[in-house]
Parts: sequence; C-alpha cells; structure tokens
Amino acid sequence: MASAMLSFASAAASASASLPVHENLKGKTKIGSVNFGSSVQERNPFGKTKHFGRVSMTVAVNVSRFEGITMAPPDPILGVSEAFKADTDEKKLNLGVGAYRTEELQPYVLKVVKKAENLMLERGENKEYLPIEGLAAFNKATAELLFGAENPVIKQQRVATVQGLSGTGSLRLAAALIERYFPGAKVLISSPTWGNHKNIFNDARVQWSEYRYYDPKTVGLDFDGMIADIKAAPEGSFILLHGCAHNPTGIDPTPEQWEKIADVIQEKNHIPFFDVAYQGFASGSLDADAASVRLLSARGMELLVAQSYSKNLGLYAERIGAINVVCSSADAATRVKSQLKRLARPMYSNPPVHGAKIVANIVGDPALFNEWKAEMEMMAGRIKNVRQKLYDSLSAKDKSGKDWSFILKQIGMFSFTGLSKTQSENMTKKWHVHITKDGRISVARLSSAKCEYLADAILDSYHNVGLPEIGQQ
Amino acid sequence: MSRALGDAVARRGVSAHRQWWDRVRPAPKDPITSVSRAFLADASPNKINLGVGAYRDEEGKPVVLRCVKNAEAKVAGSEFLESISASANSRLVEESVKLVYGKDANVIGEGRLAGVQTLSGTGACRLFAEFQRRFYPRSKIYFPDPTWSNHHSIWKDAEVPQSTFSHYDPKSKGLNFPALVDDIKNAPDGSFFLLHPCAHNPTGVDPTEEEWREISYHLKVKNHFPFFDMAYQGFSSGDLDRDAQAIRTFLQDGHLIGCAQSFAKNMGLYGHRVGCLSLLCTDTEQAVAVKSQLQQIARAMYGSPPIRGVLLVSTILGDPDTKALWVEELRAMVNRICKIREALRESLEKLGSPLNWEHITNQVGMFCFSGITPQQTEQLQRKFHIYMTADGRISMAGVTMSNMDYLANAIHEVTKSGRES
Repeated sequence: MASAMLSFASAAASASASLPVHENLKGKTKIGSVNFGSSVQERNPFGKTKHFGRVSMTVAVNVSRFEGITMAPPDPILGVSEAFKADTDEKKLNLGVGAYRTEELQPYVLKVVKKAENLMLERGENKEYLPIEGLAAFNKATAELLFGAENPVIKQQRVATVQGLSGTGSLRLAAALIERYFPGAKVLISSPTWGNHKNIFNDARVQWSEYRYYDPKTVGLDFDGMIADIKAAPEGSFILLHGCAHNPTGIDPTPEQWEKIADVIQEKNHIPFFDVAYQGFASGSLDADAASVRLLSARGMELLVAQSYSKNLGLYAERIGAINVVCSSADAATRVKSQLKRLARPMYSNPPVHGAKIVANIVGDPALFNEWKAEMEMMAGRIKNVRQKLYDSLSAKDKSGKDWSFILKQIGMFSFTGLSKTQSENMTKKWHVHITKDGRISVARLSSAKCEYLADAILDSYHNVGLPEIGQQ
Repeated sequence: MSRALGDAVARRGVSAHRQWWDRVRPAPKDPITSVSRAFLADASPNKINLGVGAYRDEEGKPVVLRCVKNAEAKVAGSEFLESISASANSRLVEESVKLVYGKDANVIGEGRLAGVQTLSGTGACRLFAEFQRRFYPRSKIYFPDPTWSNHHSIWKDAEVPQSTFSHYDPKSKGLNFPALVDDIKNAPDGSFFLLHPCAHNPTGVDPTEEEWREISYHLKVKNHFPFFDMAYQGFSSGDLDRDAQAIRTFLQDGHLIGCAQSFAKNMGLYGHRVGCLSLLCTDTEQAVAVKSQLQQIARAMYGSPPIRGVLLVSTILGDPDTKALWVEELRAMVNRICKIREALRESLEKLGSPLNWEHITNQVGMFCFSGITPQQTEQLQRKFHIYMTADGRISMAGVTMSNMDYLANAIHEVTKSGRES
C-alpha cells in the first residue's frame, strides 16, 4: 500500500522553501498532472520561509489508507429483513427481527407514547444537554420499576443507575466497567444468546465463554448443564442472565430453578449480570417479569442489570435504557456511578433526551402509567394468543404425535422451533418464511391469520428436510 | 446447600457478601460539566455560568430555534418511526455531507463518502477513534494544543496513543503558526491529525485561509491523515460555507479526509445527540465497505443513534424554507455573540484594565480563551459566583448585556494587578 501512495520525503518538504516544489514531486506523482498556483510572496508574519503557491492536483491522487478494508459481515438478524425486502413472493413472512407487530402486521406506536409526546410538545421543553448520567427523573423511575420502589436496595440508595442507549448501550457501559475494574474477569453467556452480546464484549475487550442453556432434545432448558457450567467457572465470574423472555429461545427458568441458580452463583462468588429487555412484555406484568432480578437482589448479592425500553414501550428508535449496579453500600454506588459516567463521557458525552422524557412522563403520571400497563398486557396477550393458535395448528396438522407444547411454554417475543439450519433455510427458500438460521421465529411479528401457513411451513421443514438429528424423533 | 444457605446469608445481611466495588475510587470530575454542576448548586442571584458551550439568549435562557419548532410540528405524530428510520438516517447523512463538502461537491456525486449518523460530535469522534485503532493499530493521533478536553479521553478510551501539535501562542493569544508547521513536519509520516476547521475550542483562534493552505500542503507532504472535528459550522463567521472553507481547501488538494459533525450547537439540538461521521474514500465500493465497518462498531456500542434528532435535522436541511430560517437564526446567534464580544472588550478597556483584551474580539466562535489564570478563575468563582473552566475559557453565549457590567468588573478585580498569564 505504501508504495502506491503519493508520498514525498520529508526532507523534500523542508527543502521546499528553496527548491521549486515541482522538483520534489517529479517522478513521484501517481497519476495526473500537477499544477501550481503562482508563487506569490505573501505576508507571513510568523515565518521567514518563502510562501509558495498552492499545490493543487488535477485528479484525485491519494490512494486511500483504507484500501485494505473489506465489507463487514452482514448482521445475521438484520440480514433477514433485507432478504425479506428482496423477496417478491406475496406469501412472504418476516419472522426475523424482534419488533412487535399488530395483528395487521403493522408497527405499533403505543398510544401512551403519543400522549406523552404531545404533552412534551405542548410544554415546549428545551433541548439542553442531559447530565452525563442522564435524566434524573428517568433514572429514578427506571430503578424503581425494576426493583420496586420499596425495595431495600432503593431505599438504602445502593443502586448506581445511569441512563444508557437502550439495552446495547447499557450493556456496553457495564462491559467497559468490567474491563476497567475486573481485568481478566470472564463473562459467561448462555448458549445460545442474543447475537450482539458477543460483539459487545469482544469490542469492550472482555473475555467471555458460554454456559449450556438450550437443550435441543427437549427444546427446553438444559438446567443441569447450566448449573454445572456456572459452577465450573472461575470464582468471581460475571454470569449474564436474561431476566425474562430469553432471547432467542423464549425458554426461562422456573422460580425454583432461579433459586438454584442464585445458590450456585453465591457459592462461587460470581456476579449476576441481568439483561432485562422485556420487562412487562413477557408475561404482561412488570412485577412478574422482574421476579428473577428481585429474587437475586433479595439475597443481598451485588449485581448488574441492563434495561431497555425498546420493546415494552416500543421506543426502539429512541434508544432508551439504563445500567443499574446494585452495590453493598450507598458509598460504593456513588463511586461506581461516577466511574460509569467517566466511561460514558468519551463515548457520547451525554445520553439522548427524548426517550428518557417519554419514559419519565409515562411512569410519573398514574393515569399514563396505568394506560401503559394495559397496552403492555394487550401486546403480551396478543403474543400469547398467537402462540396458542400456532400450537393448535401444529397439533391439528401434525399426525406424528410430536409434542409441540414447548411453543406454549416458551415466553416472550421469540420461539426456538427446534428447526436445524437446513430446515430453517427451507422455511425461507420454499415457504418464504424469513427466520434466522438458528430456527428462531419472532412470534411478535406473527398474526393469527398466518398461523396455519406457518404451521405448514414448519411441519414440512421439520419432517421432510435434513438428516434425522437429535431432537427429531 | 441451597435455600437454607441463602436464607442464612440473607439474614446476616449484605455485608456477608463479597463486596465487589471497594476497588472503585471516585472518578475525577469532568473539567467542563463539573462547572455547570457547581453553578447549579450556587444560590447566589448574581451567578453566571460561562462553562459549557451551550447558547443562551439575551435573557440568559436556553433557546429552541424556530426552525426546530417547525420541524417538530412537521414530524409530530410521525407514526411508525421504525419504518422511516432507515430513510431518515440516509437523508441525514446526505444532507450533512452537503453542508460540509458543498452541495455540488464531486465527492458526493461520485459516491465516495462513507457516512453514518452518530451520537453528536463525541460519538463521531469515538466511532472514528475505534475505527482508527482497528485498522491502524500502531497509529497515533495528534491534537492541537490545547484542544477540547474530551478529545483526550475519547482517543484514550479507544486505546489510540496521542500527542499534540502547537496551536495556541499564550503570548500573542493567537496562532503559533511556525511551531504548528514544524510539528506537522516532525510527526512520523502517516500520522493522524485532528483539526478544528473553524471556531477552535477552547481558544477561538483559527488559522487564516492562507495558513490553512499551507497546513494542507504540509500534511500532504507527510502523508498525514486529516481528521476534522466540525462542531461549530456556521457559528464561527455566521456563514456555513465560509466556516467549511478549510475542509474544501483540503478536498481540492486531494486529501482523503475524515470529518465529525455535530448539530448540537448550530441547531441547538444538544440533548438529542445528532451528528455525522464521514470518511472520503477512493471509490464507492470502498465507501460501502468502510461504512459497513463503522456500522458494525456502532452496533456493539449503542446500536443506532436516536431517531428524533435525525428526523429534526433531516427535516430542517431537507426543506428549503426551514433551512433558510435556520440560516437566519444562526446568523442572529452569531451576531449576538459578536456584539457581546465587542461590549465585553470595551467594558474592560473602559475600566482601565492594564491588560490587552484584543483577543476577545479577535477570537471567533462560542469561546474566548481569556488568559485568566486558574487561580483567577477560582477567585471569580468564590468571590463573584462566576463559573468557567480552569483554563480561562469563557463561553461567550453565557454573557448578556445585563450581566456584562458585573462580569467586566469581576474580571477586572481579579486581573487588575496586571500580571500576564
């Protein structure tokens, strides 16, 4: 690359004061001709060097220093939407990205969000910078939503809460904190997990490894494997847990299993690190969906929780979330918060204001808050209905006797169908049902009306495609 | 071992658990934002905040521009933001690069710009810093001395080694041009240079057009990479094109540059975090590749920028009438700052200050590098409840005709002993 670049010896540069510039350039230009403005001796109060005319190139000469840069691999999830867009078949379904759709397959802006935005517009609020840690009213509201306003961790001011750019930004802040204060510590992530988790920890230079989670035999939780792997991890590891509605499987531990998970984490002095992207959206109840977090914090453990309002308030595009660090003392929480701010400032200075105000307004107003809860129940309810419909369709059509009830047991936006990579490809190629290669379907994008068609696609792919594997009996 | 243990531990209380965060010390205060915080905590009715570079009107109040309000009305009830996100994002980039490079710039027509929307200027710088480390892991970034304090933190957290090149001359309170050129020449070939294309922060001292041409020449000779941080386009001279002149000179000279843009100040969209990062590539294919890499870095940091700011900026820039209104309002902000500069200098001279205050009107943009020493700024804070960063940087937007006399008197009080900083 260097040889192809237009380069001058630096010696030539300092000699340029005495030599005509074109002498220096002779034989070294890559392409095109070089012409120069007139050598005007202009006033240069600071120097004795002769002023020279401007070097102007008639063609773009520099070879970019970014020559060697290749295309980044397409994001596997967003790539599904792109393939969907390109698909011309009218029966096509997009069950890729986890974005909620109505029964009419339209995006849904919550009414309560529109109301909050109108209020904000009427008030004509200013657009000043938020503090680095974000909107105070939002931080208070989000922590209370998560832990419950009466929770000792809140009352004792032991939670360091910093507004973040949705779940991703909040996870990244936490990862940066881990990298700085726990160099060498490992994060354990479930196998599988949301694809971007690995990218976040990789870019933050935090080591990670996996704990067993999904059992393809049962299309359920490999609980023994999970416990064993958490136990085997070096003491003081960070265990990344999905608070509810595991992404991508939809498989959550039961309350009894959560207790056992808490036991082994305490035993090994690990730090629980929750990713709560679906509070309220999974079961329809904000409190029920926070049970796992509250269970572990009630044990007195210090833990981290990343939150997102992308799904439960439909605020995907506004990037609103938070990172919470529950500490053993208010003093520790203050210090941790100051360091989170120190990490945020060189990333983006301060977080965006709009989404924070929407959340603060909704949570802060009892009428709006109740409306929100009702809308969330409605969204979660629709997803439950769709699961039921899909299950009914599959059971009715499938004569093989396979148990499809895992569709009902799974929770949240996604379902792991148990389809293999080849079978998933068949879904897309033959049936124009666009899903990710791991067999994950976004139930939140499914309408009841399409369940029959989807059932056909799944059954065809399951029974007629690919070699028999574990799980296909 | 399980429930019983859990209960026993819980009964013994929180302190029974390993305390993870003992090792975490309190972070040092951010030199800029801590000024605002101290100001907020001050109960004095005379207090003045000259810290953060956020524009204030003649009443000292934050301003939401009319063009922004118009845009808000237009996008209000924009349902299904999710689906318009992608097109709004590309419109933002299209309009942003036109602003910087000129709407008829060849490079735009040729599709050679890799552009992504970013979390204001900070986000653009950080994205570039990460990109620089990823593809030029052994490279160094050179900052002007001084520069915006957060530049140091950004490249540090991105793990790119940094150094400085001369810029400010404390004796003249102007540009140290020969030293600047020397430093460019002495840096190892192929270094990365961060440049403020206009309204240098914190000094307000900019090279002349001619000086920029020389800087461009020397950077070219050394094959350095010019990275522009354009945070104040329109705020320097009041003219958007004039403020971009340095960048256009570099373009004409054949540099392949990078540019961070912020709409925080010039559109008053501070809290919305909207900006743009553009890198000039040799061809479209490369631009597409570079863009994909930038998006990948962004996706592991925050996903994508918030849509609100993107919608507002693309609406303002995309509609000729709203854009014209913006240009008018921008000029009005700049005019007020210019008047304030003149008035402050006059007041200090009238008070009989022994010091030379010419730099107040020589310097441009939002800030004045006053030459007030750290000790003097501390006195200003303690005695007069006037807040500025310890380097003596004054945010001119925080000065009004009504607090002018108080401010001039206070500055005179702490500096009248006549010692130059």
